[in-house]
Amino acid sequence: MTTFSHADVPLWAAVVGSAFLLLGAGLTLIGAFGLVRLQSFYERIHAPTLGTSWGMGGMILGSIIIFTSASARPVLHEILIGVFVTVTTPVTLMMLGRAALYRDRSELNPGVPPETPDDSFATAMVERKEAPSHSEQEVVSQRP
Amino acid sequence: MNVLVLFVTLWIVQGALALAMCMCVYRMVLGPRAQDRILALDALYVSAMLQLLAFGVRTGSTVYFETALIIGMLGFVATVALAKFLMRGEVIE
Amino acid sequence: MKRYFPYPVLTGCLALMWLLLAGFTRGQFVLAVLVSLAAPHALKALGEESATVKRWLLIPGFLGVVLVDIIRSNISVVWILLSGDHRPRNSNFITMPMKLKSPTGLATLAVVLTSTPGTAWLDYNSTRGELLIHVFDIVDEKQWIEQITKRYEEPLREIFE
Repeated sequence: MTTFSHADVPLWAAVVGSAFLLLGAGLTLIGAFGLVRLQSFYERIHAPTLGTSWGMGGMILGSIIIFTSASARPVLHEILIGVFVTVTTPVTLMMLGRAALYRDRSELNPGVPPETPDDSFATAMVERKEAPSHSEQEVVSQRP
Repeated sequence: MNVLVLFVTLWIVQGALALAMCMCVYRMVLGPRAQDRILALDALYVSAMLQLLAFGVRTGSTVYFETALIIGMLGFVATVALAKFLMRGEVIE
Repeated sequence: MKRYFPYPVLTGCLALMWLLLAGFTRGQFVLAVLVSLAAPHALKALGEESATVKRWLLIPGFLGVVLVDIIRSNISVVWILLSGDHRPRNSNFITMPMKLKSPTGLATLAVVLTSTPGTAWLDYNSTRGELLIHVFDIVDEKQWIEQITKRYEEPLREIFE
């Protein structure tokens, strides 16, 4: 565990780190604002990505700069949060988007692209045997 | 001077993140549909994680960083489970 | 070699992650090496195939393009959100053909498209090779498809296929 006091942070690091922190927090706030303001779900799905791309990036860079300048050795573990969020956000948003599409299609809501018909169930099954990692997508899209 | 800069910045940053969290809660309560609520919950998790990072810079200790990492992981698992539930109506198959 | 190091990149990443979390000391280094040598064998037991990267040299350039695009789309989405709707914003779905087949390439493309605010990956149909995305502000649909193909799909195909 590393600790530091704010008096140890040199002025340049305080200013640069603060700028990054403000950028990150501002972008996250704008993203949340978009979440409130936008009208449809598919538009809203774009809003939180502001917070997960540069919103998070700015906070992490600011935190790294301030921590590193105050303690003698580099403090880099914030990068882990960055990598983790970057890798997991697509998974959550993709699953949410597909769930929303599935629900809208099954309720026959307007404004949603129709399901592309699969060429044949047989080809899907063959592919499924060959590449088990693909199978889930196939199975899901073929549900009525 | 440097203490003052950090103090004012962190005050603004934490205020902005708290406001962002309030907006996410607003969307989560209002909906209108389940997918909107889950999306808002995910955004709430992310802003809570960033809030904890800001806490870490304020207190100058790295303990908050580990909390932030755990919140991020919990948010990911929760959102995936909920999205899965929306798709199928069941989590465990 | 392959038998003892089934996933070299994973081994490196795991060791680095261990050291970042636990601190760079000699004792932790020994532990990190032990864990990162043992853990990939658990993944191997799951039967997951290792991703093959054909051309490593193209990766830095691709990352640079993605970073610039993320910053650019951040600015444009912030601008749209804050300036209100001057002009009717055309926010719609795009179905585009995908020649990219490698699972790792597709996963990377998903990360890229989701990390850039303004595009969201929704569905991929692997039998037809069609990708469904949602775009926040479409000016020209053809141009969007062309841009994604040129900037992301083609480099990814060169890297992974």
